[in-house]
Amino acid sequence: MDFASNITISALFQQALVGLSRTTILFIVASGLSLILGVLRIPNVAHGSLYMIGAFIMYSVNHFFGGGQAGFWMAVLLSPVAVALISLAVERGLFQYLYEREHLMLLLFTFSITLVFGDLVKMVWGSDYRCVDLPAAFQGFFTILGFPFPRYNLFLIIIGPVVAFGLWFLTNKTRIGKIARAAAVDREMVGAIGINVSLVFAAVFVIGCFLAGLGGALVAPTQNIRQGMDHAIIIEAFLIVIMGGLGNIWGALLGALIFGLTDSIGILVWPQFAIVFPYVVVVIALLFCPKGLLKSTW
Amino acid sequence: MVKESILSERSAWKALAPWLAVFVLLLLAPRFLPRFQVYLTGLILTTGLLAVSLNLVLGLGGMYQFHHAVFYGIGAYTVALVITKTALSPWIGFLLAPVVSALFSLAIGLICVRLSKLYFGMLQISLGSLVWAVVFRWYSFTGGDDGIHGISVPGIISSTDGAYYFSLILTAICLIVMQRIVNSPFGRSFQAVRDNPVRSEAVGINVKRVQLTGMVISGAFAGIAGSMFVVIEGSVFPELMFWTLSLEIIIMCLLGGWFTFLGPMLGAAIIVLLRTVVGIYTEYWTIVLGLVLMLLILFLPQGVLGYFLESYKRGGGKAVQEER
Repeated sequence: MDFASNITISALFQQALVGLSRTTILFIVASGLSLILGVLRIPNVAHGSLYMIGAFIMYSVNHFFGGGQAGFWMAVLLSPVAVALISLAVERGLFQYLYEREHLMLLLFTFSITLVFGDLVKMVWGSDYRCVDLPAAFQGFFTILGFPFPRYNLFLIIIGPVVAFGLWFLTNKTRIGKIARAAAVDREMVGAIGINVSLVFAAVFVIGCFLAGLGGALVAPTQNIRQGMDHAIIIEAFLIVIMGGLGNIWGALLGALIFGLTDSIGILVWPQFAIVFPYVVVVIALLFCPKGLLKSTW
Repeated sequence: MVKESILSERSAWKALAPWLAVFVLLLLAPRFLPRFQVYLTGLILTTGLLAVSLNLVLGLGGMYQFHHAVFYGIGAYTVALVITKTALSPWIGFLLAPVVSALFSLAIGLICVRLSKLYFGMLQISLGSLVWAVVFRWYSFTGGDDGIHGISVPGIISSTDGAYYFSLILTAICLIVMQRIVNSPFGRSFQAVRDNPVRSEAVGINVKRVQLTGMVISGAFAGIAGSMFVVIEGSVFPELMFWTLSLEIIIMCLLGGWFTFLGPMLGAAIIVLLRTVVGIYTEYWTIVLGLVLMLLILFLPQGVLGYFLESYKRGGGKAVQEER
């Protein structure tokens, strides 16, 4: 049994950094989900599909521009925008008629979108694995405290707090953010004072899905892009949101941090069951704080 | 529903006769159906039993049982592991399947039942995913992501017809028992808890205990359905307890109609048949399922059977009863 046999300081440090870059991806995806769940009260299972679509579009745009620096940046910018446009069409075309339905119906409806998107992705991109090559600037390693560390992962670790701050700014300091938070608490009242709640909801939905696309675009260079990555991420994102507290951005960050670190450290402790550790942590957290670690919006 | 008690003996037989006819027809099915269709009917019965068992908590109890497939998978794995890993008689595996599923139901229920609605469902998904993750990685015991294949069930039920009769008889027994449970005092209080938990609590129903009991009963029946799956397919794999299957079962309940006892069975039949037929023409089966579900939610939220019952009542000139 290779239980806890390969824990060294160096390995621990490296895995912690890997876990932090994983945290960024998880946070970006989960915060979008949390935003939609908190304001619109939609348990959006289709969030994972949009993440997958983001990754595939990232691949295609990068490929179209011939890779390299230009291709990478174009792809990282364009693919979340494309995902946001798709989500806008879905929201205006379908969701806006369903807000009054109960949660279970909304959950099933988003699941139906997941099924449709899953097959559409298969039709467009086929069922092969895809890989995105990093531009030269992101290849190679930095040396931190004498340990080599991939540059791209460091880039991800920097992106995480930037997105967190941006979201905090958006929800707390801008007009649309304030209206959205008010609508989360009492949508009828917000409508009664003359604000078009439907449009606010559309905006929040699109921003949330933009984040799913961004997460997919950023994760693309670090792993194989494939069918089924939607099913894997959505459960993780849901667990993070529940653990952190529904609708709470900082809760999503905390949840992603716990999830990402237990996952990467768990690989050192017991490789075979690394996948189990984050789930155990979530269950323990929910045993003691059934409504999440931080305050939820509802 | 009050009417049932004043039904005369004769009309009780009248109500029972069509079901007896269906049962006899299903008993004779292997005589005139080709082998593949017999297998398919068995699969429909298995999936249907699973959907009906979910509906016990979802439709009758109004609980957000989001990860029902876990108990199905546990039942299937129990039988598979007893047969492949122990020297015990396979029949003990079939007896153990509902017991183990019920125990897992109890454990998960004890943790979840404190919460309600969406929180309940989400916590259940996380606990279910934990079970799935363990099964998915424990290669030495559960076979990991490959699962266990070529499970040799006892000779009498190993043929296609044998497996079919096994699932038919087991389904019939389970349905009768579940029907009894629905109409028992427990079933009534479960329904009362769904419709108004606060008032139920006030008249002396222990809401949490009723919900927990409902989960355990439903989990046990899901375990039986799982053991039937092993007999029909001869293999188990972790997908049996993946969350997408759970949502698919919920779709079956929705498709057939929540508030009817046998609606989910109809929903399961539609889904299994649709998958088989669509599978002949195209590999894109899930897009069809997705579109069906989408249309269903938009236009037919009371389900197929619910819709027909409603229009039947309307057509009969009777006042439309409030469908709950």
